[in-house]
Amino acid sequence: MAALDLHIDDIGKRFGAIDVLRGICLRVAAGEFVTLLGPSGCGKSTLLRIIAGLERADQGHVRAGGRGLDAVAPKDRDLAFVFQSYALYPHLSVHDNIAAPLVMRELSSLERLPVIGALLPGAIQRKRSIQERVRQTSGLLKLDALLERRPSALSGGQRQRVALGRAMVRKPKIFLMDEPLANLDAALRIHTRGEIARLHKEMETTTIFVTHDQAEAAALSDRVAVIFGGELRQVAAPADLYREPVDLDVARFLAQPFLNELAVAAPIGGGLMIGGSRIIIRDALGSGLAGTLAFRPEHATLAEKDHPGALPVRVTRIEQAGIDAHVFVDAEAGAQFVARISAERARSLRDGDNLGLTIDAEKAWFFPSNGSRQRGDHSGAA
Amino acid sequence: MIRGQSSSSRIVSHAVLVTGAIIIVFPFLWMILASLTPQSEIFDGSLLPTPTLHGAIDNYGTALSAIPLLRFMANGFVVCLAILVLQIAIAIPCGYALAKLSFPGRPILLVGVLLGLLMPVQIPTIPIYIALAKSGLLDSYAALVLPWIISVFAIFLFRQFFVTFPDEVLDAARLDGFSELSIAWRIMLPAAWPAVVSFSIFSIVAHWNDLYWPMVVITNPDMMTASLGIAYFRQAGEGAGNVGALMAGGVLVTAPLVAFFLLMQKHFIRGLVLGRH
Repeated sequence: MAALDLHIDDIGKRFGAIDVLRGICLRVAAGEFVTLLGPSGCGKSTLLRIIAGLERADQGHVRAGGRGLDAVAPKDRDLAFVFQSYALYPHLSVHDNIAAPLVMRELSSLERLPVIGALLPGAIQRKRSIQERVRQTSGLLKLDALLERRPSALSGGQRQRVALGRAMVRKPKIFLMDEPLANLDAALRIHTRGEIARLHKEMETTTIFVTHDQAEAAALSDRVAVIFGGELRQVAAPADLYREPVDLDVARFLAQPFLNELAVAAPIGGGLMIGGSRIIIRDALGSGLAGTLAFRPEHATLAEKDHPGALPVRVTRIEQAGIDAHVFVDAEAGAQFVARISAERARSLRDGDNLGLTIDAEKAWFFPSNGSRQRGDHSGAA
Repeated sequence: MIRGQSSSSRIVSHAVLVTGAIIIVFPFLWMILASLTPQSEIFDGSLLPTPTLHGAIDNYGTALSAIPLLRFMANGFVVCLAILVLQIAIAIPCGYALAKLSFPGRPILLVGVLLGLLMPVQIPTIPIYIALAKSGLLDSYAALVLPWIISVFAIFLFRQFFVTFPDEVLDAARLDGFSELSIAWRIMLPAAWPAVVSFSIFSIVAHWNDLYWPMVVITNPDMMTASLGIAYFRQAGEGAGNVGALMAGGVLVTAPLVAFFLLMQKHFIRGLVLGRH
């Protein structure tokens, strides 16, 4: 199937006095799976609705496969939308829900009438072809046994599959999904996530997926676009995003559950003074600004108290997390940190132990107080 | 039954309800019995008239032969049906637009609808009468139907029903290729079905029983509706003074409404509580 590429060019949107979106530019390649990730209220759903044509942008353009979409009605944009609430037609059976986009597009209003429609030449042929495609889709999504039911008689996961079926059945060139997994329970969410990945692999349709769950974004996407406060902060492959967050907001949002942060003065000679020790952070070289040092729990280790270069800390709490454990420590300076170490090693630790915290300087980040990090661009097309 | 209520208070509340029911039912009971009793024996001093077969044949025979009662009822049926179909045809799209579409002037239009609810029919009677007279429509179905086809009550009722309908379903419909009108007919109408049924009952009862408007615009007996026909029977034809025949006419005119209500009762009550199915 021919997928389309999508160009989002300088999109802006205001609701009253609030800038919901500001200057969003994003290019999505044909067949690519891109996730819009951000906290609730950041504007990611609004952006999706603008792409679908359900919302009008105040500025900027959307183009798909080189065709400008700004003046095109939602139904003519050749894209399908999956809603968080599923948005099924409550009075129609599963079969009729899935068939609805085909019936509305391919039959004339006369042919849709119950009795007269059946007598019109050509209508029977077209109705049979619609039936055939509904059956294919329902087979793909394992909905065959449910075709006669109403949505109210289905579970959340089944409703979600019907919503996917209704979106897939007319083979759109672009899929838009607005938190389609948010209303499912944890186990079903992971299962359905797998289904979506499988369907994307089979159909190779360009897909834009909105979520606030960074694990979901990482699991599904070719690239992730992180949005904060209506601004696109970073677009990168999940692994790059994990390694090289562009600013503190992004780093915090992607560091679940914890991110260690420490406000630091301007580096002196390329080193940051933390307590009594100097730590060399590659990022901070030559920046000359005060800022924040941040590192993930897994990039800190606990050593002996007098280990050279280590920050003296005291253990306050140990939280087991399966094969690893999170160790919460207080530094002398009053700051709190978390280190992720193996559960094996954590067993020998006790609350109140005095230890030294060492930071993997290669993997820690320095965010100058005036905004983004200075470094080589790993974010790909933006 | 509310749990924890003592049996004595239950007896009292039932007694009150039964008394009320008797008071309400009594006139209808009297009407039915009187319609079956010979004219001379109706007012013989007893509380309820005593039916006889001879009286029944006499009264119903007179009611059906002295005036074209079946014609009146057919008129009433055509008028009620035409009014209802047009009211729904207009109110569903209007209610949908007021509930779910944003366009300049919508709040003012909604206020207009609410003001319309407050307006008694007597106020615009004269201008409407003049308009119908000038266009030569008096004594026609059009005169009986046209003034009623825009029901602000229906628009408001449907609007209230539609407001709670999830917007995402409408967005999905727009992407699936529904036009705004097909959304109104193919999605909103089925969703509002309980409201449509209860409105239908209100509308049919009101217009079947309406005496005021037919009296204003109809003088030709051929165009009379059922209630106007009964009034005409009482004043003019042989019915004048014949209470038994008049009551027989009353029974015949009321019966279809009662049958209709019993048929729709389940939907009607569901519509009153405005529950979704």
